[in-house]
Amino acid sequence: MLKAKNKTGLVFFPAFDWAIDPTHPEREERLLYTQDQVVEEGLLDIDGLVELKPEVVENADVERVHFCLPDPQAVMTESHFISAGGATTIGKAVMDGTVRKGFALVRPPGHHAMRVVHGARGFCNVNIEAIMIEHLRQAYHVDRVAIVDTDCHHGDGTQDIYWHDPDTLFISIHQDGRTLYPGSGFPNELGGPNAIGTTLNIPLPPHTSEEGFLYAIEHAVLPILADFKPQLIINSAGQDNHFSDPITNMNFTAHGYAELTRLLNADIAVLEGGYAIEGALPYVNLGIILAMAGMDYSHVQEPNYDPEQLRQSESVTTSIAKICQLVRAYWDHRQAIAAEVRAKPDCQTRTRQIFYDTDGIHETQDETIRLCEDCGGALRIDSQSDRGRRLLAVHIPRKACAQCQSQGHAWFEQADTKQYNLVALQDRTTDSYTVRPA
Amino acid sequence: MIVGLDVGGTHADVVLLGHEGVLNEVKVPTDPANLFQTVLTALDQLTADVDPHRIERMVMSTTLTTNAIIQRKLPQVGMIVSGGPGIDPNLYRTNDHYACVKGSIDHRGREVKPVEAAEIEARCTKFKDAGIRNVGVVTKFSTRNPAQEIAIAKILEDHFDKVFLGHRISGNLSFPRRIVTTYLNAAVYPIHRQFFEAVQKTLLQKGWEVPIRILKADGGNTSFEASIDYPAQTIFSGPAASVMGSLAFGSEKGETLVMDVGGTTTDMAVLVDQVPLLDPLGVELGGHKTLIRALKTHSVGIGGDSAVRFENDRLRVGPHRDGPALAKGGPTPTPTDALVIMGKARLGDREKALQGFAPLADAMGLGVEAAAAEVFEHTCRLILAEADEMIARINQQPVYTVHAMQADKKVAPATILVLGGPAPLLAEKLESLSSRKVGVVPRWAVANAIGAALARTTCEVNLHADTEQGTVFAPEEDFQQSVAPSFDRRQARRMALDLLQTKAVARGANAEHLEMEITEDLQFNMVRGFSTTGKNVRIRAQVKPGLIHDYDPVAGRLM
Repeated sequence: MLKAKNKTGLVFFPAFDWAIDPTHPEREERLLYTQDQVVEEGLLDIDGLVELKPEVVENADVERVHFCLPDPQAVMTESHFISAGGATTIGKAVMDGTVRKGFALVRPPGHHAMRVVHGARGFCNVNIEAIMIEHLRQAYHVDRVAIVDTDCHHGDGTQDIYWHDPDTLFISIHQDGRTLYPGSGFPNELGGPNAIGTTLNIPLPPHTSEEGFLYAIEHAVLPILADFKPQLIINSAGQDNHFSDPITNMNFTAHGYAELTRLLNADIAVLEGGYAIEGALPYVNLGIILAMAGMDYSHVQEPNYDPEQLRQSESVTTSIAKICQLVRAYWDHRQAIAAEVRAKPDCQTRTRQIFYDTDGIHETQDETIRLCEDCGGALRIDSQSDRGRRLLAVHIPRKACAQCQSQGHAWFEQADTKQYNLVALQDRTTDSYTVRPA
Repeated sequence: MIVGLDVGGTHADVVLLGHEGVLNEVKVPTDPANLFQTVLTALDQLTADVDPHRIERMVMSTTLTTNAIIQRKLPQVGMIVSGGPGIDPNLYRTNDHYACVKGSIDHRGREVKPVEAAEIEARCTKFKDAGIRNVGVVTKFSTRNPAQEIAIAKILEDHFDKVFLGHRISGNLSFPRRIVTTYLNAAVYPIHRQFFEAVQKTLLQKGWEVPIRILKADGGNTSFEASIDYPAQTIFSGPAASVMGSLAFGSEKGETLVMDVGGTTTDMAVLVDQVPLLDPLGVELGGHKTLIRALKTHSVGIGGDSAVRFENDRLRVGPHRDGPALAKGGPTPTPTDALVIMGKARLGDREKALQGFAPLADAMGLGVEAAAAEVFEHTCRLILAEADEMIARINQQPVYTVHAMQADKKVAPATILVLGGPAPLLAEKLESLSSRKVGVVPRWAVANAIGAALARTTCEVNLHADTEQGTVFAPEEDFQQSVAPSFDRRQARRMALDLLQTKAVARGANAEHLEMEITEDLQFNMVRGFSTTGKNVRIRAQVKPGLIHDYDPVAGRLM
């Protein structure tokens, strides 16, 4: 009988009755052929591969990460509660030691969802990885976490949530933002002034193939992970770098994904995007699962695989080497860069426009972070949407120092509630979410 | 009248049922080396004074093929398997003559790589040279497109007794299970056929022109004629017989846990509104994971004859059996001996039980009677703990839709029904240790044979439509049609039920009282680019396992 080298948990929640709308790529059919392949391969009969039933997350789990307007129920469907729950189930099983690794094959995805949620962007409403990670931090006292986002689109939501957190290393590898949604994720996006270098971006040129992806993993991601020494590695495992994906321009393969999974050796993988539902997903998911379980994936190959057609050009190879070098340099010199950033008078504030493409909402944010040597810093976000909703969000980080705690409380208590639809305090030191009465 | 016969590991139980109830019941010891003789002895004793013309049919459940599989006494067969991308099919080798060949089909049923006739012909010659008579052919995704299995079979069919094709054996996905199931069918085929032909012939010689039905693991029966093409469906029918014998006494609304306490094992199952739960995948037997439809049963290595010992300050019961109870001349203390010592069971020699129990009682630091009470209670606790675990596992079954998550039907049996040898002795204790009500199945010692006699004919149909490709087909039925783009799940459901009705009647069901239901009903819009190009429909329909119509009252009156 086949046996997995690493005991691996699998949450499979294809949400066969949920879609953004009938012809949207994020639709009922998306994981149908993946399920067919997984079942036909008999993966769940393999000794050491266990399927776990997803749990459903609570509002408290969501509000540990997000400020939802006006509340989680308003911006989430039941399917979001389950997909975040599926990721959490895997995280808990890994922490409990019932499995060594785990893969949440769930939908809808989450990596474009930022800390403030007015609606859906990039097919995402809430960030399912962040909800899982903060749950694990609360329940298991996990501290240092690394997220490696291998979706073809920049994981701008996850980046936003962990922008100021020095204990969460976020590395996104994606198709260059000048050629693809959401248009961000450039190497100079390095995190807020209290957390410079724990956000890293590796944009790859269009038509990058297996060679280029694995080069970036080996020459940038792995050495940085080795330096950071996370207690947990999470892979936001988007599958839209595949050569057959209809909405991206990359040349990655099922075998390449399996190889990447083996090299990265993440504890937890969470499905993100990937819309080549027939030609890619069944094979990519199979490859990822086998690689996580430590099994042979050399026979996993798409029917239309042609290595000659997928070979990357010299110029792509050269530019990837340069980007990796640059990112390594940023990482190595992060302290010097931080000193430079913190010396700038306006480093504590930023103003941003955020577009929710899925729901067509425009949001304007004024963000203030307290510069701090001792913790991630108290964070204040004044957010207004073109739907007329205004929010004052105050976040006190998990390991906040006394000054940041009192700064956070002061912001919260001094807010003029008449100006806002919602004034909320997310205090991670007490794991509480408080709303000021109007 | 109907004869129900259940040949188990230690006993063969046989009953004669009339519309007015149980007319006769007999228990004879099983001779594992000669099941044929066991069957004949049991039948002779049962029907000594009965006019054979009054017997409508005989339903049998035997350990014949099950034992052959567990003891690995299977004849040589040839297996031809083609995989395509994915896990290497060489890793699923079932037997010596197992050949992986070229060819592959994808998850939509599209051919990716063709079969090479020359390669199959070469294998054919090798198999023949090895003296092989029966062959199994399985390709990955043959339930989405059986063309390659059929093409291979065409090359082989004139050279062998019988060729079993994966898609005909099961319409469900799982390539490795389809390989195992097809292999088991091919392997038990000659054993199964020879045995039942012999039974039929002997009965005919006695003037019995009685149709033979065979019980399946899903708690339904099938005619002997139909079983020839799917002989492995009849493996592991023993637990199903007991469950079917308990059915009429389960709660009409809600869940009941059935426990069959035997000598070596206790087998458990769950009834919901008097319908047994089915395993979502199939029988697991002797390390083989199959696609053979089966009741969801949980077998625990704790029974009346389980070996009891005290190790590392802990009382242990089972999972092995060293022999009969001490009271019956066995070597090791058993739960049965505990009952004998406590004066609850009157069998064998109590003195022997007391003597043999003494060292165990010493180790436990108790007197013999107190030790016996402790062993008995501990055994009951172990069985109940296993029951709780089985229920928890059923409730952990994943679901794949938001709707099913929200409905979240939990199994929570309020009642336990016990049957098997020591049933009445256990029931009271179990009830005192559990929050559930515990009852005993009437005729608890032969309820299994009654269950076999009264089981319905069951079967299942899987239907798959892909309107983008313009096809609908039911792999197991050898049914394929083209469909218009407008074809939808409503038409698919009707088509599946029609096919099911035909199949059930052909296998012996009463057409007037068919209880059919749809057990899977999925329809997906297939979107390519940003427009809908077709529908992907998956329907599964079954005849619900249950009791035959005209004998229902009989079971009721058994109370």
